[in-house]
Amino acid sequence: MAIEQEVLVVGGGLAGVTAAVSAARTGADVRLVSYKQPTLRNASGLIDVLGYTPDGEGPLVDPFAALDDLPEGHPYERVGADAVESGLALFDDLTDSTYEGNHTERNALIPTQGGRVKPTARYPASVAAGLASDERDALLVGFERLVGFDAPLSAARLNAAGAPFEARGATVEFPVALSADPKVTRFAHLLDRDEAGEERQEGSVRRALVERVVTHLDGEQRVGFPAVLGDDHPEEVRADLEADLGVDVFEVPMGPPSLPGLRLEDRLYDALDAEGVRIETGNPVVGYEAGADGDRVEAVAVDRSGATVPYAAEQFVLATGGLVGKGIDSDREGVEEPVFDCHVGHPPDRYDWFDDRAFGDHRFARFGVDPDRELRPRNGRGAVEFDNLRAAGAVLGNYDFAAEKSGSGVSLATGFHAGRLAGENT
Amino acid sequence: MSDADSPHDPGVPDDEIPDDEFEPVDVFPESELDLRSGADDCYKCSTCDTNCPVAEVDDEFPGPKFQGPEQWRLKRKDDREIDPSIMDCSNCMRCDNACPSDVPLSQMHNEARAEYVDEQMSKLSVEYWRNRVLANYRKGAWLGSKFPRLTNALANNGPLRKLGEKLFGLTAEREFPAFATQTFREWWAERGGAQVQSEEKRVAYFHGCYANYNTPEVAKAMVRTFEQFGYEIVVPEQGCSGTPMFANGMLDDARRDAATNISSFSELIDEGYDVICSCTSCSMALRQEYPELFTFEGTADVAAHTYEALEYLRIHEDLRGALAGAEVDGDGEDLAYHAPCHARNQGLARQAVELFRDLDGVAVEDVGDSCSGISGTYGWKAEKYEKSMAIGEEMFEEMDEAEGRTGMTECPTCAMQMEHGTGYDIRHPLEILEAALVES
Ligand SMILES: Cc1cc2nc3c(=O)[nH]c(=O)nc-3n(C[C@H](O)[C@H](O)[C@H](O)COP(=O)(O)OP(=O)(O)OC[C@H]3O[C@@H](n4cnc5c(N)ncnc54)[C@H](O)[C@@H]3O)c2cc1C
Ligand code: SF4
Ligand code: SF4
Repeated sequence: MAIEQEVLVVGGGLAGVTAAVSAARTGADVRLVSYKQPTLRNASGLIDVLGYTPDGEGPLVDPFAALDDLPEGHPYERVGADAVESGLALFDDLTDSTYEGNHTERNALIPTQGGRVKPTARYPASVAAGLASDERDALLVGFERLVGFDAPLSAARLNAAGAPFEARGATVEFPVALSADPKVTRFAHLLDRDEAGEERQEGSVRRALVERVVTHLDGEQRVGFPAVLGDDHPEEVRADLEADLGVDVFEVPMGPPSLPGLRLEDRLYDALDAEGVRIETGNPVVGYEAGADGDRVEAVAVDRSGATVPYAAEQFVLATGGLVGKGIDSDREGVEEPVFDCHVGHPPDRYDWFDDRAFGDHRFARFGVDPDRELRPRNGRGAVEFDNLRAAGAVLGNYDFAAEKSGSGVSLATGFHAGRLAGENT
Repeated sequence: MSDADSPHDPGVPDDEIPDDEFEPVDVFPESELDLRSGADDCYKCSTCDTNCPVAEVDDEFPGPKFQGPEQWRLKRKDDREIDPSIMDCSNCMRCDNACPSDVPLSQMHNEARAEYVDEQMSKLSVEYWRNRVLANYRKGAWLGSKFPRLTNALANNGPLRKLGEKLFGLTAEREFPAFATQTFREWWAERGGAQVQSEEKRVAYFHGCYANYNTPEVAKAMVRTFEQFGYEIVVPEQGCSGTPMFANGMLDDARRDAATNISSFSELIDEGYDVICSCTSCSMALRQEYPELFTFEGTADVAAHTYEALEYLRIHEDLRGALAGAEVDGDGEDLAYHAPCHARNQGLARQAVELFRDLDGVAVEDVGDSCSGISGTYGWKAEKYEKSMAIGEEMFEEMDEAEGRTGMTECPTCAMQMEHGTGYDIRHPLEILEAALVES
């Protein structure tokens, strides 16, 4: 006997979670199975929709205005602007007051750890006071021992890039004695708990931090910290720092592992629970069983530490991620989609995968499955592989999320679209 | 010590004691496992580090990325010794489950720990012998269960416990688990073994040490529930699963017991049996750690046919249907459920919650995805006790905030920790299943 449900989503990243919620909201009975942790906690927590065109034009002020000009096959072209808006609306609903940016269709400009400015569509509430379009001067504060954020350097770069405000940087010792190479979660949890044990630091950690920062303030109305201000209670941490410093406090998004990404992951998984989606993590899907005439998937095979168990469903969503999440696998022989062996178009010669020009067209980054407008992967001849299999997120091809800055937006739009269609077809 | 070399035990039927000492066959005796490609797969994202419960409370612990791929690289490059901090890893395996790039972290930890214990730890140290005794819990348990009342009284004698801490490094803070007055195997023999015969539905029960000596009610619940569904059960000769031995770097001890288990169970698999565990660390060992560490004939077969008890019923029976019509007597018991880390690794972290969601008479509340902190023998060590309780703090708080005053988990040592930290009674999902489905 197989484990049965109406819709089965494979993969638990942003695309899979969105697809699962979207399907559940049509009234379907949904299960999500995912192998390892998704890329959410590697990502900055910023929700990019489109920062640059595929030709490298940008940063774009209004990503929606650019959607119409995308080439055929691009995930946004496949699902259409409505699905992009609906995906974002679903995200806004799930994240509620913890995210901002939905008041406008225009991109916000966010200063990142290296002192660059990044166009994005939605951003955590904790970074809101740091927007580069804000004309108030800013003090950036880094911590000794926290690699990846050199506050004076970031400030200098922002100024050099012509930010409409004056930025200054300072580095302070975190008020709790730490090892040489502390984990970012360590900072966050010390601030969450607000105590470190008497021998390390007496009294409130937040308070002690404020005392170290306040001496550096020189009239600035806002202070930016690396994004480690709490894991479980970020609002509380920030509110305390703001109250004691008497200025606005914001977080500067950091590289992996990222606290805003982690918080988002927690929030989304709670939402899955609330929507009644069954979740199973820890085991990979390794194959499938097709129906008699081969045009439908009957079940997928889940590898439970050596034992293979069938999971049957009416509709399936493939959201296994790209090259990082291992939804697309490459070796010397070629590139493949390992679960359903869907067609992944690529040139036969490996050297053609990379463009010689440094900022040229990196085909490698665009590898992925090639879907119809219902997001059903197609074979090499353009015919749908299976009637009841749809794909969403980074497993899709024909776009380069890192260059376009479209990673999360594509996952939301295609996750929403694939999930809704899957749910409606049960 | 397995039952095979224990003095003749009148409680165990004769045919379960093989007459000659079993000879393990190691197919590739000298092979060093090659972990190089695993280390090369690491792209240094530090996801593993953000999942490590020990690193979270102990700033000095370098974390899984170091313990695994980095240490492996150092060793390969300039033959560096294993860093002693490997002994602070509790083998919870959360890092293993987290890595997006499939780096075999816990396998690397297990090998490094074994090498450290073999080559760098003094065999004359109290720590070595304390760990060895903890790892071989089953030997002590076998003896203790012969005189359960006396052992229980002695083990929980305050001054004696203090002495244990001083001389042996066992924390005096914990109460030793009580031995049952009748072991599961004694009960099984007394009832005359299996009550159901079947050609098609057959399972071989790996009860492990704890359900045999300490919580036979869990094992009995497994037997009655599976028999209700028409399964023929055998309870073959078996040793310890090896979990406490891996965690203490005692790979030779583990290998010895693994040989017994693999031989015993792979024969039954040939006769159509699947292997069922009621402890998630035992099933973890048989399914994942054995194939990672041993090459006995039959290892892969045993791994592919081993299941956790609830998982097995969910796959092979219409458990949802059976529970839909059932109810548990009582006035709506609230259970605070903790998913053991090793259950998480097998993809089982959510099944109890999912299963009992619609069962009348109980309400299950998940107390979050933190680690209980005891990790088998880890929390028993005097120098690890504080760390273990600090890790458990999050779970204690969540349990405290939960509606109910009863806990539930699949892992016997998590259960110990839950009880120790909150004073709640702790139950096993199999006991709830039995209460719902089996006529008493
Ligand atoms: C380092 C990094 C930084 C990024 N920064 C940004 C950013 O700043 N802004 C932005 O908008 N986007 C960013 N992104 C992109 C974005 O976070 C996601 O990568 C993108 O949305 C793709 O999500 P996904 O759900 O398709 O895939 P993933 O997040 O990769 O999730 C795939 C999931 O599927 C599971 N899986 C894979 N194979 C199987 C299988 N066989 N069986 C079961 N489960 C399986 C995986 O374990 C994983 O959990 C970044 C990505 C990376 C890697
Ligand atoms: S097994 Fe657990 S304690 Fe050990 S390094 Fe991994 S996460 Fe940390
Ligand atoms: S999670 Fe995996 S890839 Fe990332 S640092 Fe740890 S071992 Fe390396």
